[in-house]
Amino acid sequence: MKVGFLHSIIRKEEKLLLQEFGRRGGVEVVRIDDRKCSFNLHADDYDLDVLIERSVNHSRAVHALRVFHDHGIPTVNHPDVADICGSKFLTTQALIRAGVPTPPCYLAFTPESALEAMDKLGYPCVIKPTTGSWGRLISKVNDRDAAEAILEHKQILGSYHHSIFYIQAYVEKGGRDIRSFVVGDRCIAAIYRVSDHWITNTARGGTAKNCHVDEDISRISVQAANAVGGGVVALDLFETPDGYSVNEVNYTMEFRNSIDITGVDIPSMVVDYVLEAGRK
Amino acid sequence: MAECPVCGYEFDLPPNTEEGEIISCEDCGSELEVTGKDSVQEAPAEEEDWGE
Repeated sequence: MKVGFLHSIIRKEEKLLLQEFGRRGGVEVVRIDDRKCSFNLHADDYDLDVLIERSVNHSRAVHALRVFHDHGIPTVNHPDVADICGSKFLTTQALIRAGVPTPPCYLAFTPESALEAMDKLGYPCVIKPTTGSWGRLISKVNDRDAAEAILEHKQILGSYHHSIFYIQAYVEKGGRDIRSFVVGDRCIAAIYRVSDHWITNTARGGTAKNCHVDEDISRISVQAANAVGGGVVALDLFETPDGYSVNEVNYTMEFRNSIDITGVDIPSMVVDYVLEAGRK
Repeated sequence: MAECPVCGYEFDLPPNTEEGEIISCEDCGSELEVTGKDSVQEAPAEEEDWGE
Protein backbone atom coordinates (compact mmCIF):
# COMPACT_ATOMS: atom_id res chain seq x y z
CA MET A 1 0.00 0.00 0.00
CA LYS A 2 1.26 3.49 -0.86
CA VAL A 3 0.70 5.98 1.93
CA GLY A 4 1.16 9.67 1.22
CA PHE A 5 2.59 11.48 4.24
CA LEU A 6 1.98 15.21 3.95
CA HIS A 7 4.23 17.19 6.25
CA SER A 8 6.45 20.22 6.67
CA ILE A 9 8.82 20.13 9.63
CA ILE A 10 9.10 16.73 11.29
CA ARG A 11 8.08 17.00 14.91
CA LYS A 12 8.03 14.21 17.48
CA GLU A 13 4.56 13.15 16.31
CA GLU A 14 5.56 12.87 12.65
CA LYS A 15 8.70 10.94 13.57
CA LEU A 16 6.73 8.46 15.67
CA LEU A 17 4.19 7.99 12.88
CA LEU A 18 6.93 7.49 10.25
CA GLN A 19 8.64 4.93 12.49
CA GLU A 20 5.33 3.13 12.99
CA PHE A 21 4.58 3.03 9.25
CA GLY A 22 8.11 1.70 8.77
CA ARG A 23 7.36 -1.25 11.04
CA ARG A 24 4.35 -2.29 8.98
CA GLY A 25 4.86 -4.79 6.19
CA GLY A 26 3.78 -3.98 2.66
CA VAL A 27 3.62 -0.24 3.28
CA GLU A 28 5.48 2.29 1.16
CA VAL A 29 5.49 5.80 2.62
CA VAL A 30 5.66 8.63 0.09
CA ARG A 31 6.78 11.75 1.91
CA ILE A 32 5.24 14.97 0.58
CA ASP A 33 6.85 18.11 1.98
CA ASP A 34 4.30 20.91 1.64
CA ARG A 35 7.15 23.44 1.31
CA LYS A 36 8.53 21.75 -1.79
CA CYS A 37 5.48 20.59 -3.74
CA SER A 38 3.17 22.35 -6.16
CA PHE A 39 -0.04 21.01 -7.61
CA ASN A 40 -0.99 21.23 -11.28
CA LEU A 41 -4.71 21.29 -10.67
CA HIS A 42 -5.54 20.39 -14.29
CA ALA A 43 -3.05 17.64 -14.92
CA ASP A 44 -1.54 16.07 -11.82
CA ASP A 45 -2.47 12.58 -10.79
CA TYR A 46 -1.36 10.86 -7.63
CA ASP A 47 -0.40 7.24 -7.25
CA LEU A 48 -1.44 6.84 -3.62
CA ASP A 49 -3.85 4.56 -1.77
CA VAL A 50 -4.34 6.91 1.17
CA LEU A 51 -2.92 10.17 2.50
CA ILE A 52 -2.28 11.23 6.08
CA GLU A 53 -2.01 14.97 6.66
CA ARG A 54 0.55 16.16 9.22
CA SER A 55 1.27 19.72 8.07
CA VAL A 56 1.99 22.22 10.80
CA ASN A 57 0.31 24.98 8.75
CA HIS A 58 -3.48 24.90 8.79
CA SER A 59 -3.81 26.82 5.51
CA ARG A 60 -1.59 24.37 3.64
CA ALA A 61 -3.34 21.38 5.18
CA VAL A 62 -6.84 22.38 4.11
CA HIS A 63 -5.79 23.14 0.54
CA ALA A 64 -3.66 20.04 0.07
CA LEU A 65 -6.30 17.76 1.62
CA ARG A 66 -8.84 19.12 -0.86
CA VAL A 67 -6.50 18.44 -3.80
CA PHE A 68 -5.89 14.81 -2.84
CA HIS A 69 -9.50 14.17 -1.85
CA ASP A 70 -10.76 15.56 -5.16
CA HIS A 71 -8.45 13.11 -6.94
CA GLY A 72 -10.27 10.27 -5.19
CA ILE A 73 -7.60 9.54 -2.59
CA PRO A 74 -8.91 8.80 0.91
CA THR A 75 -7.43 11.32 3.32
CA VAL A 76 -7.00 11.35 7.08
CA ASN A 77 -8.68 13.54 7.86
CA HIS A 78 -11.39 14.43 5.35
CA PRO A 79 -10.94 18.03 4.09
CA ASP A 80 -14.35 18.98 5.50
CA VAL A 81 -13.11 17.97 8.94
CA ALA A 82 -10.07 20.20 8.49
CA ASP A 83 -12.26 23.07 7.35
CA ILE A 84 -14.56 22.73 10.33
CA CYS A 85 -11.91 22.13 12.99
CA GLY A 86 -9.75 24.92 11.57
CA SER A 87 -12.50 27.39 12.39
CA LYS A 88 -13.66 27.81 15.96
CA PHE A 89 -16.90 29.25 14.57
CA LEU A 90 -17.60 26.26 12.30
CA THR A 91 -16.70 23.87 15.11
CA THR A 92 -19.10 25.56 17.48
CA GLN A 93 -21.82 25.47 14.84
CA ALA A 94 -21.25 21.76 14.22
CA LEU A 95 -21.34 20.97 17.94
CA ILE A 96 -24.54 22.98 18.47
CA ARG A 97 -26.23 21.28 15.48
CA ALA A 98 -25.30 17.86 16.87
CA GLY A 99 -26.52 18.71 20.36
CA VAL A 100 -23.04 18.42 21.92
CA PRO A 101 -22.57 20.66 24.97
CA THR A 102 -20.23 23.58 24.26
CA PRO A 103 -19.78 26.89 26.12
CA PRO A 104 -22.14 29.80 25.33
CA CYS A 105 -20.74 31.76 22.40
CA TYR A 106 -21.38 34.91 20.37
CA LEU A 107 -20.17 35.98 16.95
CA ALA A 108 -19.95 39.66 16.00
CA PHE A 109 -18.48 41.69 13.15
CA THR A 110 -17.78 45.13 14.60
CA PRO A 111 -16.14 46.29 17.84
CA GLU A 112 -19.42 47.91 18.90
CA SER A 113 -21.51 44.78 18.42
CA ALA A 114 -18.76 42.67 19.98
CA LEU A 115 -18.85 44.88 23.07
CA GLU A 116 -22.61 44.46 23.28
CA ALA A 117 -22.19 40.72 22.98
CA MET A 118 -19.62 40.71 25.79
CA ASP A 119 -21.97 42.72 27.99
CA LYS A 120 -24.69 40.14 27.35
CA LEU A 121 -22.36 37.22 27.99
CA GLY A 122 -20.93 38.80 31.13
CA TYR A 123 -17.39 39.13 32.42
CA PRO A 124 -14.99 37.47 32.41
CA CYS A 125 -15.37 36.15 28.90
CA VAL A 126 -12.89 34.96 26.28
CA ILE A 127 -12.26 36.40 22.84
CA LYS A 128 -10.45 34.27 20.28
CA PRO A 129 -9.42 34.49 16.65
CA THR A 130 -11.64 32.07 14.72
CA THR A 131 -8.50 30.44 13.32
CA GLY A 132 -5.52 29.65 15.49
CA SER A 133 -3.95 27.14 17.78
CA TRP A 134 -1.74 26.70 20.84
CA GLY A 135 -3.65 29.41 22.67
CA ARG A 136 -2.27 32.17 20.45
CA LEU A 137 -3.98 35.55 20.74
CA ILE A 138 -6.80 34.32 22.90
CA SER A 139 -7.71 36.81 25.60
CA LYS A 140 -9.53 36.51 28.89
CA VAL A 141 -11.54 39.69 29.15
CA ASN A 142 -12.09 40.46 32.83
CA ASP A 143 -14.19 43.61 32.53
CA ARG A 144 -15.62 46.20 30.14
CA ASP A 145 -12.49 48.35 30.25
CA ALA A 146 -10.37 45.43 29.12
CA ALA A 147 -12.94 44.60 26.44
CA GLU A 148 -12.75 48.09 24.97
CA ALA A 149 -8.94 48.01 24.94
CA ILE A 150 -8.71 44.59 23.29
CA LEU A 151 -11.31 45.42 20.66
CA GLU A 152 -9.52 48.66 19.78
CA HIS A 153 -6.21 46.85 19.47
CA LYS A 154 -7.77 44.19 17.26
CA GLN A 155 -9.42 46.80 15.06
CA ILE A 156 -6.27 48.82 14.52
CA LEU A 157 -3.49 46.23 14.69
CA GLY A 158 -5.20 43.01 13.64
CA SER A 159 -5.22 41.40 10.21
CA TYR A 160 -8.57 40.97 8.50
CA HIS A 161 -9.58 37.74 10.22
CA HIS A 162 -9.38 39.53 13.56
CA SER A 163 -12.40 41.52 12.39
CA ILE A 164 -14.58 38.49 13.11
CA PHE A 165 -15.13 38.45 16.84
CA TYR A 166 -15.64 35.02 18.38
CA ILE A 167 -16.58 35.46 22.01
CA GLN A 168 -17.02 32.60 24.41
CA ALA A 169 -18.18 32.41 28.00
CA TYR A 170 -15.29 31.94 30.41
CA VAL A 171 -15.43 28.54 32.05
CA GLU A 172 -13.78 28.23 35.45
CA LYS A 173 -11.65 25.14 34.93
CA GLY A 174 -10.18 24.75 38.39
CA GLY A 175 -6.68 24.64 36.95
CA ARG A 176 -7.21 21.87 34.44
CA ASP A 177 -9.08 20.67 31.40
CA ILE A 178 -9.18 17.38 29.54
CA ARG A 179 -7.63 16.49 26.20
CA SER A 180 -9.21 13.35 24.76
CA PHE A 181 -8.16 11.47 21.65
CA VAL A 182 -10.59 9.86 19.22
CA VAL A 183 -9.62 7.46 16.46
CA GLY A 184 -12.56 6.40 14.35
CA ASP A 185 -15.41 5.47 16.65
CA ARG A 186 -13.30 5.07 19.80
CA CYS A 187 -11.99 7.43 22.45
CA ILE A 188 -8.59 5.81 22.91
CA ALA A 189 -7.06 7.97 25.65
CA ALA A 190 -7.33 11.18 27.63
CA ILE A 191 -5.09 13.40 29.71
CA TYR A 192 -5.65 16.22 32.16
CA ARG A 193 -3.83 19.39 31.17
CA VAL A 194 -2.91 21.11 34.40
CA SER A 195 -1.76 24.70 34.76
CA ASP A 196 -1.89 27.60 37.19
CA HIS A 197 -2.54 29.76 34.13
CA TRP A 198 -6.06 29.90 32.68
CA ILE A 199 -4.58 28.69 29.36
CA THR A 200 -3.82 25.02 29.90
CA ASN A 201 -2.36 24.06 26.49
CA THR A 202 0.71 21.89 26.87
CA ALA A 203 2.23 24.05 24.10
CA ARG A 204 1.93 26.89 26.62
CA GLY A 205 3.39 25.11 29.61
CA GLY A 206 0.48 23.02 30.85
CA THR A 207 1.53 19.66 32.27
CA ALA A 208 -0.10 16.36 31.37
CA LYS A 209 -1.54 13.75 33.75
CA ASN A 210 -3.39 10.59 32.85
CA CYS A 211 -7.17 10.83 32.80
CA HIS A 212 -9.27 7.70 33.02
CA VAL A 213 -11.60 7.52 30.03
CA ASP A 214 -14.96 6.94 31.67
CA GLU A 215 -18.23 6.40 29.86
CA ASP A 216 -19.13 10.11 29.87
CA ILE A 217 -15.78 11.24 28.46
CA SER A 218 -15.91 8.53 25.84
CA ARG A 219 -19.46 9.36 24.80
CA ILE A 220 -19.06 13.13 24.47
CA SER A 221 -15.68 12.75 22.73
CA VAL A 222 -17.04 10.42 20.08
CA GLN A 223 -20.19 12.57 19.69
CA ALA A 224 -18.08 15.67 19.16
CA ALA A 225 -15.75 13.87 16.75
CA ASN A 226 -18.72 12.70 14.72
CA ALA A 227 -20.20 16.20 14.81
CA VAL A 228 -17.20 17.57 12.90
CA GLY A 229 -17.05 14.63 10.50
CA GLY A 230 -15.06 12.01 12.42
CA GLY A 231 -11.61 10.57 11.81
CA VAL A 232 -8.57 11.16 13.99
CA VAL A 233 -9.15 14.12 16.26
CA ALA A 234 -8.27 15.47 19.68
CA LEU A 235 -10.78 17.32 21.82
CA ASP A 236 -10.55 19.85 24.59
CA LEU A 237 -13.15 19.24 27.28
CA PHE A 238 -14.15 21.41 30.21
CA GLU A 239 -15.51 19.92 33.41
CA THR A 240 -18.57 21.91 34.45
CA PRO A 241 -21.22 21.42 37.15
CA ASP A 242 -23.57 20.35 34.33
CA GLY A 243 -21.17 17.79 32.88
CA TYR A 244 -18.53 17.93 30.20
CA SER A 245 -18.48 20.71 27.64
CA VAL A 246 -16.47 20.61 24.40
CA ASN A 247 -14.25 23.61 23.83
CA GLU A 248 -12.38 22.73 20.64
CA VAL A 249 -11.67 19.88 18.24
CA ASN A 250 -8.23 19.49 16.64
CA TYR A 251 -7.68 17.63 13.38
CA THR A 252 -3.87 17.35 13.24
CA MET A 253 -3.55 16.20 16.79
CA GLU A 254 -0.42 16.43 18.86
CA PHE A 255 0.19 13.54 21.23
CA ARG A 256 3.87 13.53 22.15
CA ASN A 257 3.12 14.20 25.83
CA SER A 258 0.33 11.67 26.06
CA ILE A 259 1.81 8.31 25.08
CA ASP A 260 3.89 7.50 28.16
CA ILE A 261 1.39 9.07 30.54
CA THR A 262 -1.61 7.15 29.23
CA GLY A 263 0.23 3.99 28.27
CA VAL A 264 -1.63 4.05 24.96
CA ASP A 265 0.30 3.54 21.74
CA ILE A 266 -1.40 6.43 19.94
CA PRO A 267 0.79 6.38 16.79
CA SER A 268 0.06 2.69 16.29
CA MET A 269 -3.67 3.28 16.51
CA VAL A 270 -3.49 6.20 14.09
CA VAL A 271 -1.50 4.10 11.62
CA ASP A 272 -4.04 1.26 11.94
CA TYR A 273 -6.79 3.73 11.08
CA VAL A 274 -4.92 5.19 8.09
CA LEU A 275 -4.14 1.74 6.65
CA GLU A 276 -7.77 0.70 7.11
CA ALA A 277 -8.86 3.85 5.26
CA GLY A 278 -6.47 2.89 2.45
CA ARG A 279 -7.94 -0.60 2.16
CA LYS A 280 -11.53 0.63 1.73
CA MET B 1 29.61 16.44 10.60
CA ALA B 2 26.80 18.95 10.74
CA GLU B 3 27.49 22.52 11.78
CA CYS B 4 25.09 24.69 13.74
CA PRO B 5 24.52 27.82 11.62
CA VAL B 6 23.99 29.90 14.77
CA CYS B 7 27.04 29.09 16.91
CA GLY B 8 29.24 27.02 14.60
CA TYR B 9 29.21 23.94 16.86
CA GLU B 10 30.04 20.78 14.91
CA PHE B 11 28.26 17.56 15.78
CA ASP B 12 27.19 14.19 14.41
CA LEU B 13 23.53 13.64 13.71
CA PRO B 14 22.06 10.52 15.33
CA PRO B 15 21.67 7.67 12.83
CA ASN B 16 17.86 7.58 12.95
CA THR B 17 17.39 11.29 12.27
CA GLU B 18 14.73 12.17 9.70
CA GLU B 19 15.13 14.87 7.07
CA GLY B 20 12.93 17.75 8.17
CA GLU B 21 13.24 16.80 11.85
CA ILE B 22 13.56 19.55 14.42
CA ILE B 23 16.47 19.15 16.84
CA SER B 24 18.24 21.40 19.33
CA CYS B 25 21.88 22.41 19.05
CA GLU B 26 23.65 20.75 21.99
CA ASP B 27 25.85 23.80 22.42
CA CYS B 28 23.69 26.91 22.02
CA GLY B 29 20.21 25.37 22.20
CA SER B 30 19.02 26.84 18.89
CA GLU B 31 16.23 24.95 17.16
CA LEU B 32 17.55 23.40 13.95
CA GLU B 33 15.96 21.56 11.06
CA VAL B 34 17.77 18.58 9.58
CA THR B 35 18.20 19.10 5.84
CA GLY B 36 20.44 16.16 4.94
CA LYS B 37 22.78 13.47 6.22
CA ASP B 38 25.25 16.03 7.56
CA SER B 39 23.46 19.34 7.30
CA VAL B 40 21.11 21.48 9.31
CA GLN B 41 19.58 24.91 9.02
CA GLU B 42 17.83 27.19 11.46
CA ALA B 43 14.33 25.87 12.12
CA PRO B 44 11.54 27.95 10.57
CA ALA B 45 9.92 30.50 12.85
CA GLU B 46 6.41 29.79 14.10
CA GLU B 47 3.72 31.14 11.78
CA GLU B 48 0.25 32.39 12.63
CA ASP B 49 -1.55 29.28 11.36
CA TRP B 50 0.74 26.72 12.98
CA GLY B 51 -0.84 24.26 15.31
CA GLU B 52 -3.23 21.37 15.60
